[in-house]
Amino acid sequence: MTSAVTLAAEFSKPDVEYSLISPLLIVFGVACLGVLVEAFVARERRYLAQVVLGLVGVIGALVATIMVAANLAPQGDTAGRGEIAVEGAIAVDGPTVFLWGTILVLSLISVLLFAERHLEGGITAFAGQAAALPGTTAEREASTRGLEHTEVFPLMMFSIGGMLLFPAANDLITMFVALEILSLPLYLLCGLARRRRLLSQEAALKYFMLGAFSSGFFLYGIALTYGYAGSMNFGDIAEAITGRIGGQVLLLAGIGLIAVGLLFKVGAAPFHAWTPDVYQGAPTAVTAFMAACTKVAAFGALLRLFYVGFGAARWDWTPMIWVVAILTMLVGCLLAITQTDIKRMLAYSSIAHAGFILTGFVGLHQVDSFAGTQLSSVQAVLFYLVTYGFMTIGAFAVVTVVRDGSGETTHLARWAGLGKTSPLLAGVFAFFLLGMAGIPLTSGFTGKWAVFTSAVSGGAWPLVVVAVLLSVVAAFFYVRVIVLMFFSEPVGDGPTVTMPSVMTTVTITVGFAATVVLGVFPGPVLDLAANAGQFIR
Amino acid sequence: MSGSPFLVLSAILFTIGCVGVLTRRNAIVVFMCVELMLNASNLALVTFARVNGNLDGQVAAFFVMVVAAAEVVVGLAIIMTIFRTRRSASVDDASLLKY
Repeated sequence: MTSAVTLAAEFSKPDVEYSLISPLLIVFGVACLGVLVEAFVARERRYLAQVVLGLVGVIGALVATIMVAANLAPQGDTAGRGEIAVEGAIAVDGPTVFLWGTILVLSLISVLLFAERHLEGGITAFAGQAAALPGTTAEREASTRGLEHTEVFPLMMFSIGGMLLFPAANDLITMFVALEILSLPLYLLCGLARRRRLLSQEAALKYFMLGAFSSGFFLYGIALTYGYAGSMNFGDIAEAITGRIGGQVLLLAGIGLIAVGLLFKVGAAPFHAWTPDVYQGAPTAVTAFMAACTKVAAFGALLRLFYVGFGAARWDWTPMIWVVAILTMLVGCLLAITQTDIKRMLAYSSIAHAGFILTGFVGLHQVDSFAGTQLSSVQAVLFYLVTYGFMTIGAFAVVTVVRDGSGETTHLARWAGLGKTSPLLAGVFAFFLLGMAGIPLTSGFTGKWAVFTSAVSGGAWPLVVVAVLLSVVAAFFYVRVIVLMFFSEPVGDGPTVTMPSVMTTVTITVGFAATVVLGVFPGPVLDLAANAGQFIR
Repeated sequence: MSGSPFLVLSAILFTIGCVGVLTRRNAIVVFMCVELMLNASNLALVTFARVNGNLDGQVAAFFVMVVAAAEVVVGLAIIMTIFRTRRSASVDDASLLKY
């Protein structure tokens, strides 16, 4: 009991570095303002207010991130810069600000996708009144009155806030709270589609149930790791592991259970089962947002926890990640071949990408200074996440504009002959698919090249051989869609491409431009990733 | 102080919750089993706080309670909508999305 008394006596006011965490504060502040807008602004003005608020918030946070990035101080003589803020809870270092920037840029074009009103005839793609049952008079009334849920914008802002906090978290409980902040709004967003509401609600149910289940594992892993190390802080955990104090069983069980929670979020096999169902059922704008940004945030958190916290125990966890990486690539590439729905196919492709990123992650290749010509594993994965994020949002944005009378036509057979009716859009989509397949002169190629070389340098060459072979398999199903679009005759009246407003057009253009530029001229972003350095502890 | 009886209890609760999620069919019961898993973790956290002689685990337990409360709000809302649509809370009935 004496220890509790002394601890109570030592309490002092916590020191919060507000300027360092300003991007987080801006996004959460805007989210809270969004809730107030819902309460106090007249219904017809809410949409405009929310969109402007969302865009201003994300751009403001982006500017704040750049300011923070410009002022990061080098830490000693290591390849890291930045500092641990908020009493050890948040690490603001090179990789953190790089991930913040990535997430915010991707969120910015996702906000535009959320705000698209042209495709549904002057209304957003979200349910007019989520509480109205599908097929009832209440629902018809909601749609004739032109109701729309503008709550999606604050929900999205909260989710973005969680995504910013997740890869920056420097202790386990902050990481858990961030995980839930990013997940809970996403569960709700998944269930808010205007069309095909049964599918959408089912996606929300499945995502929620499995997400809650996996966070249960994550939390128990936190408890066991805390029991082992006596602290939640990553630095202290690393010290405890280096000292090899306490029972190894606790540590191994803790690492395993925490890995379940994080691998679930990145959609790695065998914890991938939710991905295709949720990606298919959720509104496509939400799918784009969640496929890109959640994966960036979750991989950032995975990297930090396993490199900083569990880095000293790498011989214990690398075999597990090897198995998971191979399994993930196999599941993603092989099951994507059998898919008949474009959103499901992209979901399996995102699983395959998670496997490729894990290949880079497990390489554990370190560099000691900023001047090195080689990328470390962290930097390669950061770069891959950027390329993946833009391709994914772009591809899903294209899916939102290919429609028929009942909404989006996601069945692959209905995409036959799209290249003949609208060659420009089909060409852009084909380019995204080639990018995902990793064809040279697209960003997918440079991304894959970065992670595979860093994995080889780290000695994980058997994994890279598997990854390259499976990339070839993956190329098959991407090319099959391209052949379908350009070289087969349209079935029936075929899909029509609805002209979107400027917002979706901007999203597709940004995604396309990023895929081209990062493929042809990747230098600046590679330099940025290399400048991110290492995690600090 | 040895915390092992409490840790054994927390492991048993966690296992009951985990098996419950996998075998029960009613969404509400599945959700209760998830909550049981979270509470098992809380018990482990508090026990380890006592064993380690610091307060981190106890503070974490409070955070977990708040998160669990938020999760209930979101989870019950989702289960309610699907129950009102389908007149059933069985997780087996929600099977439109497959293959």
